[in-house]
Amino acid sequence: MLVTISQIVIGTADLAAAFLFLFGLQRMSSPATAPSGIRVAGLGMVAAVLASFFYLASVSPAAQPHVMVNLALALVALAIGGAGAWFVGRRVTMTAMPQMVAIYNGMGGGAAGSIAAVELFGGHTQGATQLVVTLLGGLIGAISLSGSVIAWAKLDGVLKVPLRVRGQQYVNGAVFLAAIAVAGLVVASVLGVDGLLLTTPQWIWVFFACALLFGVLMTLPIGGADMPVVISIYNAFTGLAVGLEGFVLQNPALMIAGMVVGAAGLLLTMIMAKAMNRSIANVLFTNFGTVAKARPGAITGTERATDASDAAIKMRYAGKVIIVPGYGLAAAHAQQKLFEFVKLLVAAKVMVRFAIHPVAGRMPGQMDVLLAEAGVPYDMIFQLDDINDDFAGTDVALVIGANDVVNPAARSDKASPIYGMPILNADKAAQVYVIKRGQGKGYSGIVNALFYAPNCNMVYGDAQAVLVQMIEAIRGLGAAAA
Amino acid sequence: MSFAIIMTGFVALYIFVLAGFAGWVIIGNVPAILHTPLMSGSNFVHGIVVVGGLYALFNAVTPQEQTIGFFAVLLGAGNAAGGYAVTDRMLAMFKSSDAKPAHHRASVHTIKKG
Repeated sequence: MLVTISQIVIGTADLAAAFLFLFGLQRMSSPATAPSGIRVAGLGMVAAVLASFFYLASVSPAAQPHVMVNLALALVALAIGGAGAWFVGRRVTMTAMPQMVAIYNGMGGGAAGSIAAVELFGGHTQGATQLVVTLLGGLIGAISLSGSVIAWAKLDGVLKVPLRVRGQQYVNGAVFLAAIAVAGLVVASVLGVDGLLLTTPQWIWVFFACALLFGVLMTLPIGGADMPVVISIYNAFTGLAVGLEGFVLQNPALMIAGMVVGAAGLLLTMIMAKAMNRSIANVLFTNFGTVAKARPGAITGTERATDASDAAIKMRYAGKVIIVPGYGLAAAHAQQKLFEFVKLLVAAKVMVRFAIHPVAGRMPGQMDVLLAEAGVPYDMIFQLDDINDDFAGTDVALVIGANDVVNPAARSDKASPIYGMPILNADKAAQVYVIKRGQGKGYSGIVNALFYAPNCNMVYGDAQAVLVQMIEAIRGLGAAAA
Repeated sequence: MSFAIIMTGFVALYIFVLAGFAGWVIIGNVPAILHTPLMSGSNFVHGIVVVGGLYALFNAVTPQEQTIGFFAVLLGAGNAAGGYAVTDRMLAMFKSSDAKPAHHRASVHTIKKG
């Protein structure tokens, strides 16, 4: 009787959770309805977690004597994991969001991998199909765990440079094949084949070691500008791993949630790769930076510097201004100052809009979140396709900490490594100002033809300091007029 | 009548295909401006793995299984709670021009405090 009740409760709660997740994500189709979406999804999660305690009613006979210990362990793990992540999540700055998403991804992958490990070590899987699916989920989950940790370390600045070794792709390939081969040995070992050198548990350890190692090796060579693709891919991986383990545990809620996230991650990965005009394989397996260095700048002319205050005054008396923010804005934590400046322009009847490139920043949509945090209303923020034709009729384009996404070489120079990448046509504005830390090249090491264009002036300095000067310049005008 | 859920290969494949398709269509409707909250939100959704972790831990027998199961729940709970916290915070920041500036500042303030 108790078992039947628990099955009904768990089944109902999981069904509700699966529906609420889909419904919640569906409400994310507009910024106006999105906040309610995440709350709806949260409700589903709470229901599913609470209902899962009914699993206690039907634990396997072997686990019966350990039920109290296991329950205590579960409560402690829920409390520490939940409270810790909640605490950090409420406090982390918006600029640190990419590394937070990376680490949550890793946690999900690690959890899926751990479930696979418990099932494998405990010998709970039944039949070859379940065994293979468990291994596959464990493989993907473990890769997602270690890869996400490396991605976090890169985004957080713990690891500064991409590590690239000659022949790395072959090493990576060998490690991956080793993981697959060991998975085959685990299957053989579990199914009772003798004489395999190691025992089943030992092979399982080797299997997870190979998977974790592959995640590390795969992520190490990938550079910071490619991070939007990497984070999206690990999102998809974790979703897939969760879905596969859901099949092993015969839990449709996990299967649905996992596959939905897997599809979401895949779609975002494809959008990001397309925005860089590169294939997913190209991002993962080639060394972008080294390609770029091979070709020194063939552009003649000089970058012309100008004063922050001159640029500010020009914008104050312009009719239309479009601002192109990039990772440099996030790095300088200058989004609040930027909006302060924009509010002064708007007060002076200047039409100001923001143009966001899909891969600006270190994860999809990072710039949008930073601007929203500063208080920029979302109807001032435009995406590439919606605003690109408007640059031609614009008086001033202000580029802050962005580089490759406004490089006109992507349109015209067939020899450029970024040729064909969709860019923001900032160069078509009557006047372009670029706020940049120094004369160095951008992240990818490609010379930016825009900086040498006759209609472009550079404002050197830290974005925050420059914006403070710009704000002062406009306030000074106001005082003089009054 | 039995309420036990038993899924064999083909039923599982049906679920995977339909869920993947639903996810693809739903996510395709999310505007680019919300891609970061979408990512952290879908991150939160795969936090449901904590339920699988709980199942594995409840059925753990050996200390080794208990230890790994503990980590499964720990990581899964962190994934779910953290993903929710950051997504909720980010989505609360998106305001249209119609929203009153004073109200906006107040809401941002409380979010930072909370």
